[in-house]
Amino acid sequence: MDRLDVLKTYKLFIGGAFPRTESGRYEAIRDKRGNLIANICLSSRKDFRNAVVVARKAQEGWNKASQLLKGQVLYRIAEMLEARKEQFVEELVRQGLSRIAAVQELELSVDRLVYYAGWSDKYQQIFSTVNPVNSSHFNFSVLEPMGLVAIIAPENDSLLGLVSVLAPAIVGGNTVVLLASESRPLCSISFAEVLNTSDVPAGVVNILTGKTAEILPQMASHMDVNAIVYCGNKEAEMKKINELASENIKRVVFYKKQNWEHPSDESPYFIEKLQEVKTTWHPVKI
Amino acid sequence: MFPDLKNLPSFDTLGVEEKIQRFCSRSIKNESKTEGLKLALSMLDLTTLEGKDTRGKVEQLCYKAMHLHESMPGLPTAAAVCVYPSMVRYAKKALHNSGVHVASVATAFPSGQSGLEIKIADTRMAVDEGADEVDMVISRGEFLSGNYRYIFDEIAAIKTACQHAHLKVILETGELETLDNVRKASEIAMHAGADFIKTSTGKIQPAATLPVTYVMLSAIKDHYLQTGRMVGMKPAGGISTSKIALQYLVMLNEVLGEPWMNKDYFRFGASSLANDILMQLSKAKTGFYQSDNYFSKD
Amino acid sequence: MKDTTENVKFKAAWKYAPAPEATDHVQISSSYDLFINGQFVPPKNKVYFETTDPSNGKILAKVAMADKDDVDLAVSAAKIAFKSWSKIKPQERGKYIFRIARLIQERAREFAVIESMNGGKPIRESRDIDVPLAANHFFYYAGWSDKLAYAFPNRNPAPLGVVGQIIPWNFPLLMAAWKIAPALATGNTVVLKPAETTPLTALKLAELIQESGLPKGVVNIITGDGSTGAELVQHPDVAKIAFTGSTAVGKFIKKATAGTNKKLSLELGGKGANIIFEDAAIDQAVEGIVNAIFFNQGHVCCAGSRLFVQESVADQVIQKLKDRMSTLIVGNPLDKNTDIGAINSKKQLDTINRYIALGKKEGASIYQSECHLPEKGNWCPPTLFMEVSQSHKIVQEEIFGPVLTIQTFRTIAEVIEKANNTPYGLSAGVWTQNGAKIFHMTQKLNAGVVWANTFNKFDAASPFGGYKESGFGREGGLHGLKPYLKFD
Repeated sequence: MDRLDVLKTYKLFIGGAFPRTESGRYEAIRDKRGNLIANICLSSRKDFRNAVVVARKAQEGWNKASQLLKGQVLYRIAEMLEARKEQFVEELVRQGLSRIAAVQELELSVDRLVYYAGWSDKYQQIFSTVNPVNSSHFNFSVLEPMGLVAIIAPENDSLLGLVSVLAPAIVGGNTVVLLASESRPLCSISFAEVLNTSDVPAGVVNILTGKTAEILPQMASHMDVNAIVYCGNKEAEMKKINELASENIKRVVFYKKQNWEHPSDESPYFIEKLQEVKTTWHPVKI
Repeated sequence: MFPDLKNLPSFDTLGVEEKIQRFCSRSIKNESKTEGLKLALSMLDLTTLEGKDTRGKVEQLCYKAMHLHESMPGLPTAAAVCVYPSMVRYAKKALHNSGVHVASVATAFPSGQSGLEIKIADTRMAVDEGADEVDMVISRGEFLSGNYRYIFDEIAAIKTACQHAHLKVILETGELETLDNVRKASEIAMHAGADFIKTSTGKIQPAATLPVTYVMLSAIKDHYLQTGRMVGMKPAGGISTSKIALQYLVMLNEVLGEPWMNKDYFRFGASSLANDILMQLSKAKTGFYQSDNYFSKD
Repeated sequence: MKDTTENVKFKAAWKYAPAPEATDHVQISSSYDLFINGQFVPPKNKVYFETTDPSNGKILAKVAMADKDDVDLAVSAAKIAFKSWSKIKPQERGKYIFRIARLIQERAREFAVIESMNGGKPIRESRDIDVPLAANHFFYYAGWSDKLAYAFPNRNPAPLGVVGQIIPWNFPLLMAAWKIAPALATGNTVVLKPAETTPLTALKLAELIQESGLPKGVVNIITGDGSTGAELVQHPDVAKIAFTGSTAVGKFIKKATAGTNKKLSLELGGKGANIIFEDAAIDQAVEGIVNAIFFNQGHVCCAGSRLFVQESVADQVIQKLKDRMSTLIVGNPLDKNTDIGAINSKKQLDTINRYIALGKKEGASIYQSECHLPEKGNWCPPTLFMEVSQSHKIVQEEIFGPVLTIQTFRTIAEVIEKANNTPYGLSAGVWTQNGAKIFHMTQKLNAGVVWANTFNKFDAASPFGGYKESGFGREGGLHGLKPYLKFD
């Protein structure tokens, strides 16, 4: 008899651990022919709430880590992802991609992580300013992370899109609760396995799977979330986000693009979009 | 005499941390390690300060203080056993002529939130019961409110109540937070008559740390240069491994030097440290890493 | 107040047993050739010279003496390699450099040991400072490879071609990193000449580069002496020279490249002023003095070699400094407790001793802490000269050793004038707890690097370089990219 595979159970990634959804619900992910690939967790608003608590706790420590360290962590994520190339290619193919497209998506994802790793100790140098004010003061403006960012990841480019919005958020010192692509969620949980072996402190990245319609309002209305990133182009969803975000003046970022393979889909401005600006004054007179 | 608090040296926290890293990069090996570990043992104030302490518990701890590890000859005894006032008499009896002192906490330990009369009575009880040393706490609330005179007066009053017993003043550095506050509290305590200044009660976090200890050792050095009087120092709480204890000794060695490198002027307030030191000494002797099954826990 | 220092001596009684760093895992070949075009090739004239351990005189290896033909071979290899290296995808270029950074991290301990053996610096410094900074430098610049357009918006940056790099003996591996990393990230190819007395870590770096898969010819490392450097400076196919070393040689190089199209960057000597105000955190300031002048035996171009202490706290500071000096351990660089290692060469020791003799002759009062110096090898105890002025030669000239001159000052204007009163302008230090004073001083001091309440701090992201005769051009940070690029 041929050897039977031990199938992977896809759970959520919260606080550096892999819990099941507290709601106990699932969603079947099927391939083109309708065969079951895996059951994923259908996250509830309580899962989101728990993830926010954990992400908030992790934010101060992650922000305090040196930019060198953050860059090295991102580079490590790239190393770990590269090492699992075959695993991810196979998963992407099962979710419907051709092998060539899957390989390209994996390679672009690794390179994008390296790209953002390289920005960690440099973006401050191009976006900060020393301001020549009209008084005897030393006046400087620096970027600081917004804090806790909720992300609705792109539907297509389920791996590359996720990496493209996640990396600039965390390299800038934010912590993240991310909702994976609804139709192609598998890579996001496999990616969580990569994060787990990359010295990423627990709680810095949290990944949920499930229905956008259910989680989106939670993300947009939670009073302890500082910013929300939405990848998609549904006008009704964007309107809802803006309405709910007004409760705590949440910062709102929309990325309407449908795919992320273009070189212009990576730039330091993706980092800058999730940063505040702090200006400090100090007298220069004795 | 009440000290001049306006001209105290200030400390740069990052600079102090870098200096600490320098101390921690010292590599203490072979005979200097064994020497240091034995010295650390002789400086131990074995401590039990729990609500559930009983005569039996205290007696067993006292035995351990006098017989740290019988199977290894040539070891010193601990310096003292530290207990609550109600336990002093049992410790006194158990330790009788061993040379191990009885230290007692007093003054509404650990919070210090009580009236001065009660704290004086608390101290008198400990002394009457036979304590050789008294570990008092300062009123941190008063300190943080800026009532430095109050702190000076209460320490002076307790010193009087101590009579012949030595007074250690606990600053509770974890609540003072800044190094400059630690320096200030040290200054007040020494001028008010402290024989020792001590970091912590061990009941809150953080307890003793290398940076606050460094600031206190600097204060002691300045005090000696100013007045000619040597004051002792005791870090307490959080010193659980030999490695950490040796780092404290390196710092003591390079800041104050020989005159302070003995139990009359330096103590470790610790409990589990003893066995870790014994295990290290055992490893040095046998070459094998040890298990705590082979060392008594009293 | 009692005369107290008689009664109690704050003397460190507990002597630390030797704590030697293990060297059995370290691999040093008996002889090294030149690293040209991805291979180790023997020098054309088959000439080799010995490199030694300055703490005991032991010969560590033979290394090659590159002559004019060897230099030509290296430059040609770099020129050919430049054609493809400047054209590969910038991100791919970056990934090679990331690999080098990672490999250095993996081999960190071996590099640290060899650095101490060949150069004399304490293992504590090579392990905790030199090697990590070197790895981080590659890590930092790797990331810039594909981001140059953001560093120089609107200017179309392009690489120069073959860059010739000549580095000194005081931070052999770190200086190699400071040179190679930005040059590669910007798309140039490199011919690097390590210092005559400290070639080994550069050669180990060459081995590492060979294993990293970096295309052949992109980095070439050729050992030799001053004549090798001169050949490199004069080679017509070298587009740029980057030199770190003495001001005297820097001036020679500038003259030699006059009339050519060669770009130049120079990082030369210094006589840094370290200024302590009465409102400084005195304890940390004293530690800062030690870090400023005794770090790396004072073989530091940006050393704080002129101490200026406000007169009201001078006695206190000097006494605390002497106390601190008594705990500094001079000795075997491979002992983990050593604070001050060996002087890099007999030549340098002679220079330092000449200045010490001069100082005494000039009437300065000297203080040296009591320390036990080993019998073999090159050693100098930490030394202070007091009662000196701007007019003393030992205050004007760079000694490049563990020798500190101490002057007092009374006002801010006075110390600024004196600090700036030098042809050098590399570094300065300011110690005060007053924020406005810090910013005022940093504005007024003519130095490329000003340290406030710290000293001798380096980071890949922080630009480093001098004013005036300390050189021009910056290394580190965004500004460190400029010397390796040309713009429309």
